[in-house]
Amino acid sequence: MKVAITSSAQTLADPIDMHFGRAKVFILADTETGRAVAHDNAQNLHAAQGAGIQSAETVARLGAETVITGSVGPKAYRALQEAGIKIALVEAVCPGTEALRRFKNDELPVLDKPNSEGHWV
Amino acid sequence: MNRFPAIAIASGKGGTGKTTVAVHLAAALLFQKRTVQYLDCDVEEPNGHLFLKPLIDSVEPAGIPVPVVDAARCTSCGKCAQVCEFNAIALLKKPLTFPELCHGCGACALVCPVGAIREEPRAIGVVESGQAGATTIVQGRLTIGEPMSPPLIRAVKARRDPRAIALFDAPPGTACPFATTVRGADFVLLVAEPTPFGLHDLVLAIETLRPLGVPLGVVVNRADEDRRVQDFCAANGVPVLAELPDDRRVAETYARGELLFDRLPEWRGHFENLWARIEELL
Repeated sequence: MKVAITSSAQTLADPIDMHFGRAKVFILADTETGRAVAHDNAQNLHAAQGAGIQSAETVARLGAETVITGSVGPKAYRALQEAGIKIALVEAVCPGTEALRRFKNDELPVLDKPNSEGHWV
Repeated sequence: MNRFPAIAIASGKGGTGKTTVAVHLAAALLFQKRTVQYLDCDVEEPNGHLFLKPLIDSVEPAGIPVPVVDAARCTSCGKCAQVCEFNAIALLKKPLTFPELCHGCGACALVCPVGAIREEPRAIGVVESGQAGATTIVQGRLTIGEPMSPPLIRAVKARRDPRAIALFDAPPGTACPFATTVRGADFVLLVAEPTPFGLHDLVLAIETLRPLGVPLGVVVNRADEDRRVQDFCAANGVPVLAELPDDRRVAETYARGELLFDRLPEWRGHFENLWARIEELL
């Protein structure tokens, strides 16, 4: 299964980025093979508006089935729902490896509503 | 010379006296038997009506066209999402629209190769109009919580009467609402106060206006011994058309929602002179 982890830098050893829409990097990890590839999100990071929507589009295009992150706003949530992507929630910053290990152990709660205010309206 | 020019009254910084200048310019022009139309483009907080006291007899909804996708025709090609500058449409399994982010440009409908996108209006506010004596007032009123004012400002300006001198009371700031207001004006009057913030934001406003190529002039409001605004204007070839003195009685009259000329008749001269200076530069 492919999961997208919001990350502050290029590897799973780096701390995760708690924001979904304006995450610095998405690391696409394959839970079976352990393979992890970083995808820069700079373009959305600096978007004037709709960053979360674009980020949802990005992770959907990458083929992620689940997103592991700290917070998701209302529009990103709607877009992820539409794409059928689940959201696994991390409560505090930790390395990507740790978030992934807890996800595999079913220790991360699944988000069933947005947990962050929109930044535009 | 155009007998019916459009003059935008703007500032950059808020609270410098845009509305004071605009309503008194309207009143001074009325004394000269000129026909004036006052268009309040400060749609987040229209306040010219507090002084001009129009009888509003028309309220029309104003909206922006937002996309509606016909799922039966859509092929999920994604061209609509790619062309949207505002991230208001995203391609997930199907196109997903976010009307609150849409600026109504219509690009998505234009690029759709199968005609699956039609546009429907989304209300963002109202345009109110009415008369105050011989003066016509048009004002926009943006719905509370609505983030996007330029389409409503354009709807206000679309009511411009070509047979009246138009006064556009601009919103504060120098971003899109300001640019939308001053576009198409024959002259921009910038109201500045003699303070560090006043000069800072005046400079921003001038820098925004220069590429638009609109003639501009400055009114220094609450003028005192601080000459920083006048010095800047002199050094940069920007005409200072009036210096309105700092006078507590002006603030008192304004706070009561009254025009100045009854109580302070000498102020009529300030605004008649200001208009004469504007006419010289048109």
